[in-house]
Amino acid sequence: MYRKDKFMKQIYDILLEIVGPGFVSDAQEEKYIYSMDPGTMPACEPDIVVMPGSTDEVQKIVQAANTYRVPLVPLGAGLVLSGLSRALKGGIVMDMKRMNRVLEINELSRYALVEAGTSQGMLQAYLRKHFPNLKHSAPDAPPAATVAGNVCIHGSGHMSHAGGFHSDMLNGLEVVLPTGEVVRIGSCATSPYWFARAPLPDLSGLFLGWAGTTGVITKLSIKLYPNYPLNDVSVFVCEDASIIPDILYQITGTQVAEDVTTWMTPKPDWAAGFFHCNVNYGAKTKKELIWKRNLIRSAVESYIDAKTGGFLPLPSMMKQRFLEVPARQLSLFADVRKGGGFEYVGAIMPVELFPKAYDLGLDIADRLGVSYSMGCRIIGINHSMMFFYAYAFNRADPDDVARAQSALEETNKKVLDLGGIPWKAEAPAQKEILRKMDPNMVDLMGRVRSILDPNHVMNPGNWEEDR
Amino acid sequence: MTFDLAEAKREKTKINTGEHSRVLTECATCYSCEEYCPNGNHPFYVIVERQEEKGILPSPAPITRQQILMMKPKGTITPMKVSAPVIDMCYFPMLTGSIREPLYENPSIIVGSDIFCNIMWLHFARNSVIREQLPRVIENIWHYYLKDSNVDELICFHDECYATFSHLAPAFNIQVPFKPIHVFEYISGRLDALKDTIKPINARVAYQRPCSNRLIPETQHWVDDIFTKIGAERVERKYDRENALCCGQILRAHQREEMADDIQNRNLDDMKDTGAAYCVFNCPVCMVTLAEPAAEKGMFPIHLSDLCQHALEGNVPKG
Amino acid sequence: MKYAEILHRCFRCGYCKLPGNYIDFNCSAYAAFRFETYSPGGRMWLLRAWLDEKIEPSRRFQEILFSCTACGNCVEQCVLTKIKDELLLAFTAGKEALVCEGKVPPPVRDCLTKLQNYGNPYGFTRKKRTAWTVGTGIEAFSDQEFLFFPGDVGAFDSRGQEIARSVATLLNRVGVTFGILGDQEVSDGNETNAMGESELFRLLAEENIKHFNELNVKKIITLSPHGFNALKNEYPKLGGTYEVFHYTQILAAHTGSLSFENDLPEISVTYHDPCYLGRHNWEYGSARKILASLTGVKAREMDRSMQNALCCGGGGGNLFTDILGKGPESPAQNRVLEALGTGADILAVSCPTCAVMLGDAVKSTNLDKRIQVREISEIINDRLK
Repeated sequence: MYRKDKFMKQIYDILLEIVGPGFVSDAQEEKYIYSMDPGTMPACEPDIVVMPGSTDEVQKIVQAANTYRVPLVPLGAGLVLSGLSRALKGGIVMDMKRMNRVLEINELSRYALVEAGTSQGMLQAYLRKHFPNLKHSAPDAPPAATVAGNVCIHGSGHMSHAGGFHSDMLNGLEVVLPTGEVVRIGSCATSPYWFARAPLPDLSGLFLGWAGTTGVITKLSIKLYPNYPLNDVSVFVCEDASIIPDILYQITGTQVAEDVTTWMTPKPDWAAGFFHCNVNYGAKTKKELIWKRNLIRSAVESYIDAKTGGFLPLPSMMKQRFLEVPARQLSLFADVRKGGGFEYVGAIMPVELFPKAYDLGLDIADRLGVSYSMGCRIIGINHSMMFFYAYAFNRADPDDVARAQSALEETNKKVLDLGGIPWKAEAPAQKEILRKMDPNMVDLMGRVRSILDPNHVMNPGNWEEDR
Repeated sequence: MTFDLAEAKREKTKINTGEHSRVLTECATCYSCEEYCPNGNHPFYVIVERQEEKGILPSPAPITRQQILMMKPKGTITPMKVSAPVIDMCYFPMLTGSIREPLYENPSIIVGSDIFCNIMWLHFARNSVIREQLPRVIENIWHYYLKDSNVDELICFHDECYATFSHLAPAFNIQVPFKPIHVFEYISGRLDALKDTIKPINARVAYQRPCSNRLIPETQHWVDDIFTKIGAERVERKYDRENALCCGQILRAHQREEMADDIQNRNLDDMKDTGAAYCVFNCPVCMVTLAEPAAEKGMFPIHLSDLCQHALEGNVPKG
Repeated sequence: MKYAEILHRCFRCGYCKLPGNYIDFNCSAYAAFRFETYSPGGRMWLLRAWLDEKIEPSRRFQEILFSCTACGNCVEQCVLTKIKDELLLAFTAGKEALVCEGKVPPPVRDCLTKLQNYGNPYGFTRKKRTAWTVGTGIEAFSDQEFLFFPGDVGAFDSRGQEIARSVATLLNRVGVTFGILGDQEVSDGNETNAMGESELFRLLAEENIKHFNELNVKKIITLSPHGFNALKNEYPKLGGTYEVFHYTQILAAHTGSLSFENDLPEISVTYHDPCYLGRHNWEYGSARKILASLTGVKAREMDRSMQNALCCGGGGGNLFTDILGKGPESPAQNRVLEALGTGADILAVSCPTCAVMLGDAVKSTNLDKRIQVREISEIINDRLK
């Protein structure tokens, strides 16, 4: 179906014409670096890498890809770690990061309109400088990660207890369809304001969670939240996985926290076997902060009275690492095997599955001998959790990479068996998900893609059944 | 806890005879009773013993267990030649930068998990951990550092270490083959030796007396001496000396947040009302707990050793 | 290749591309070219790929390596504590490996050839090294307190010469006694080292050290932060140990002795931290102290200042090789726009390389009526009685 080999030279010239000589490359260096992300998925080399600077350029690139039936893969920062931005069938990788302007901040309606390549860090810095009373929900991905990339994959972050998935925080999109039309979705389709997806028929779902197979997001509007001047974290510790669902239920029931994240790690030694629930909250005044702290505490008072759990006595200076957004230290996990690599299965599942999810992770890590870390972030008011199983690997050691891959594969399968769903699943795991999925949904997905992308150019190889 | 005398006598008797007393669940582990007892009967050590016997935990079990794991000896100690003065920094490697000339003359510094004094388990109803670890700690200090270097004096940077070796160890019938010296005594002597180089700080200071100093009240006069020598006026205030208030950090470990808030606020307001420019600490935990709130109230938080160092160097930070 | 063992440990998380406050991209090569290959993480993985024979050391590969200006932002920001201090060393080792194979971009080759043949990257005869002193009365070093080391840019570049004269005149005025090495001086070698030619660096350094020692030099004031870095940090490894100062450190102690005009219009100034004074040597205060001491000068900080400063793009030999200049988005222009954004009238510099790079950027963007690039001593001189 793809005619890339025949037309690659022409494609290159067309792209050169669109973006100029500085922003297109078919050199071995770009092909190498853009063939993989820092996860375990094997390299898939693109033929060309292009970097558009505007929606107009994106549109022209998409049209060219369509005309010549060349695969096209949109790329943010490439930090998804499950290889979703690899060119599985070759073709063009389109690096969106030149499109990184903050276009509008609406303070009263609390939203930000940004170009799709805007990084989390730059949006955070922009708000800090110009609108210090506002913040967005940043994931724990490094600050180079893009806002659009994270929204597209249903990411989560530091406001997810209050606001849900990052896709829930979306107000509207500008998208270039695979056939080249530029479409606005949400209130921005009929209003100059990008304030909500309601009350129109919500087409944003056609572009969320699809791994870039249905179009290219060029602009998006996301909700912003109050940025309180005072922030604190309470860390609840216990040793029994079976009580965690109730702990989280009680704490989230107070609805005063912004982020509730639980972490379990075998290293350092003193952390092994303990569950630490970080509860982050903010306030305008010290009195309010203390009130929130006490309310959170009272939610789990029965456990404190029974001495089965309690809050760590952390002095202020030791809390800073838990208050940092994003948490820089998380990237350190990549060096656990002295090998610059880690990848994780983020399983979206109901909170009640926590004990089984935890046991599953321990079992896999133990049997396969992988270095691991586990945790979960609460989405909404205990509505679900993103339970992560992170495995570190040494990318210079093929056996170590293979071990991590096996662990990830097995984790994906067992998560599905448990009733959870791997988030931002790598291509093999997508097939597992499709195998388990309601056949009518699978069919509908196929039909949607056929309508939107009749020539099947957008990130092919993703969300495809084994036939 | 508030009692009238009659009730206090009743509760103490229950403790002595091994019955349950509300003291065992309500004790804030501030160590005051150890100081107040005129007969040296170690009332606080007995409370801790009873707590452990009865399985009464001041702090939740997971926190207690995790703290013990965090502080356990790593077994990485290696022999090192030392010479006097040997400064014991316990398990505070982050503070070794304070041990420098001119205040400390050619010091040898020992620090690490294998020489952690373990006295903090008094706050967690774990005399058993002290009994288990402390003999090994003393042996480590003696055999890895002091004995082969022909040094028999150990200068303890922290009140806790000095209290461990001079007060608690004898009470627990644990032998200590070296002579503990409080860092106050050492600093006071050094200030005498360097008196011509002292630039008096001419400021009012509030002193945060830590709980562990209540085990060794005989060392308090050194604090007064030191302040006098560096030209600081230790302000008279309500919550100092015998009425000192604990920093509150342990109360937070005990999940008594509101009590911790209360005593911290009273303590710091008391300091602030004196117009003190500096809030001076000797205990690293007190300092880490109260430094920020003290600064918010307009006082410059500083360790006693560092304040003396600055007085010698002529660069005291502006209070 | 040295430091090869850390190459695969890079996670390509991208912290190295940004400053600590995340406000904008801060790796000058990445900012100029925008391909991931030009980021520090890209460079690490490409070096590894080359050593594993997965890619050839093509012209583009060479360009990617030599586009690094050695600004140190990656070292400052990398979160992997066990390897961060070796990042620049790994890039330099990579360049060295290419130099050893003779696989360097032509501008790099030409620059290194001039350094080898003439002792400076301009290809000028040594006799011209003292041309900047004409009319200044500056003497050869005999037993003055300091040796003044103008470096290559100060000696040979017309803008650099202006700055050398301005600084030297001011040092004289505040009573600092100094002499120069004259035409015996060769390049300090900092850029040579950064371009991976460690052997040539050694030869250059040893030649300077020989002359310094013959003259019993004890204290040196450098004009350029590049020279400051080499003389302070690298020369001791070759037996040349001196008390080395950057001129701003000396001037900061002396501005109190100067008399300034009282009724000059107020100017607002934003200071650009040079990489080899700032991130490499933690010297952020002297120039700021000088500016704070000047009446009628209002200081404004750019968002990327001190350890977060954006490199002007001149380091790593790029002043001479102009590899970054080929990128569509020049860091020098980026920096000038950032300075303009503060509302400042003057972009103050304390490095002749920065002065050339940023001065050219102001001209090429036609911003010279809105902002001027002035060196610190020039700002002082402008306000003297």
